Amino acid sequence: MSLSLLFVQTLNGLQFGVLLFLIAAGLTLVFGVMDFINLAHGVQYMLGAYLAVMFYALTGNFLVALVLALAAALVFGLLLEFVVFRHLYERDHLEQVIATFGIIMFLNQGVKVVWGAAPLSLPIPEMLSGTIVLMPGILYPVWRLVIIGSGLGVGLILYLLVTQTRVGMLVRAGATNARIVSALGVDIRRLFMIVFGFGTMLAAFAGVMIAPILSVEPGMGDGVLILAFVVIVIGGIGSMRGAFIAALLIGLVDTLGRSFAIDILRLVMPPSPARTVGPAIASMLIYVLMALVLYFRPAGLFPVRGR
Amino acid sequence: MTDTTLIAPQRKPHALELAPVFIFLVLALAPVAAAFGPETYLLGLFTRVMVFAIAALALDFICGYGGLVSFGHAAFVGIGAYSVGILSAHGVTDILISLPVALAASAIFAYLTGTVCLRTKSVYFIMITLAFGQMVYFVAGSLAPYGGDDGMTLQVRSTLLGFQPFKNDRVFYYAVLLFLLAAYLACRAIVASRFGRVFRGAKENPVRMATIGYDVFKYQRIAYVIAGMIGGLAGFLLANVVEFVSPAYMSWQRSGELIIMVLFGGIGTLYGAIVGAAAFLLLEDGLGSITENWKLIFGPMLVLIVLFARGGVVGLIERLTGRAGRG
Repeated sequence: MSLSLLFVQTLNGLQFGVLLFLIAAGLTLVFGVMDFINLAHGVQYMLGAYLAVMFYALTGNFLVALVLALAAALVFGLLLEFVVFRHLYERDHLEQVIATFGIIMFLNQGVKVVWGAAPLSLPIPEMLSGTIVLMPGILYPVWRLVIIGSGLGVGLILYLLVTQTRVGMLVRAGATNARIVSALGVDIRRLFMIVFGFGTMLAAFAGVMIAPILSVEPGMGDGVLILAFVVIVIGGIGSMRGAFIAALLIGLVDTLGRSFAIDILRLVMPPSPARTVGPAIASMLIYVLMALVLYFRPAGLFPVRGR
Repeated sequence: MTDTTLIAPQRKPHALELAPVFIFLVLALAPVAAAFGPETYLLGLFTRVMVFAIAALALDFICGYGGLVSFGHAAFVGIGAYSVGILSAHGVTDILISLPVALAASAIFAYLTGTVCLRTKSVYFIMITLAFGQMVYFVAGSLAPYGGDDGMTLQVRSTLLGFQPFKNDRVFYYAVLLFLLAAYLACRAIVASRFGRVFRGAKENPVRMATIGYDVFKYQRIAYVIAGMIGGLAGFLLANVVEFVSPAYMSWQRSGELIIMVLFGGIGTLYGAIVGAAAFLLLEDGLGSITENWKLIFGPMLVLIVLFARGGVVGLIERLTGRAGRG
């Protein structure tokens, strides 16, 4: 366990956290404002990645592919909202879970039919490929830094949108009490649509950004979705600030746990059991963290809804 | 049928109340019919249906009567299955040991996670049970000595004092049927009991129950442990059905499927869970034999069921017969 490895893994953890934030931000808004469990949020992330691969193959330009993928994901998301989700807002959570679960099944399989089951890849833009020397002896891929940077940028934009604009104010009010906001004459359906479309685009953006370093395959959104749930539960549903802090926390704890669990355990036990127990403990860490947070603060770190 | 009136006091006696009797009759006679077809396949399929019916039953018990929507119920199935698998990897196959261990392991897990989960409400509860389910899933996947992600094959089905009663598919089928019947009757008795009334009351209005003087949390935790143990029982049986144990049993998709089964059959009826499990698995099997892309049909079907067919199969029958009675 060297210091430079710790540094690199911290950056990796940060990058993972930022990715989780992009997904969780949309989820926590949709959830906080509409009280709607959207399991299909993960497939939006997957769809973003696939669309980017497709548009890149067509245009050969990453930036154009990014923009087109975001636009297409937005259109698709709004279509889903219009056809299905809109009718689910008033239903109980159980029914929302089932319906969006059905959509996941459909889209995961649909992606397999359209693009094949084999993993696809998206090349890193020429200009941003390669590595950069961060410190003497420490090389780090530029693209990961770009992900961190763009995630922090989106975070800042979201912060400004939520705190400084009228729509942001309505979103905050909606997360606190949607019914009152509606009673005050705000077109809550339109607000829902804006929030939903925005969340969809953020998830798709995360998918596009991560596509160059992960393989693009059916079901890639499922695991991330659960982690995003963990993030918004820890952060407090509806809280953007909570999602941000929790996402970075989860990203760091998970990444560092996985890289150093065995080493740390070897300090207290012989190497062979440490190698067995280490990975198991590492994969439990974030859930234990979540359990601890919820045990002491059942509504998350930054509770929003005033019930 | 005095206890049925306790379950649904406001409903008049109805043809549907004979449904459980009918269901169990069909299940009891199914092997006879199976003897005329591809017997091993049909027996295997129906045994699987009953195993998942047990798990779905437990979920319906906490979900339909207690309002506790658990999205991590497959974890208990997995814990039950892994108890069998790990013990058998060490040469212990006797049901008198493995079944109690499976039940105890799932009870302990339910008690510990329930203590955390039940402090939260509604959406948080769904998410946190989901997260705990994932936790067990990943832990099972990292158990390298027990197959890791690939899982492990059981050498033999569970034995009883040196005998191998489960070796015969038909005997095993009826054993599972008995377990299902026992689980059903137990849940039904609990729901109708004083304990069950408090538990159901807490679904309607937890504050009221607390004000009357009941410790709602304790009641819910006991119910959660009971449901967990029944889930563990299902896992114990599942490991024996397929003679294979793998982390895939507890992926969150499996938990989702259990919820679908409960909703399919009609939530809060108990026997609906059996119908739902049968409907789900037979549909999966049927659609799967038509096209490998059966999920393209199944997914939208779920959406349509949620949008248009509330109350599941039982609700549908209720509405149809209700209308027929009036007209």
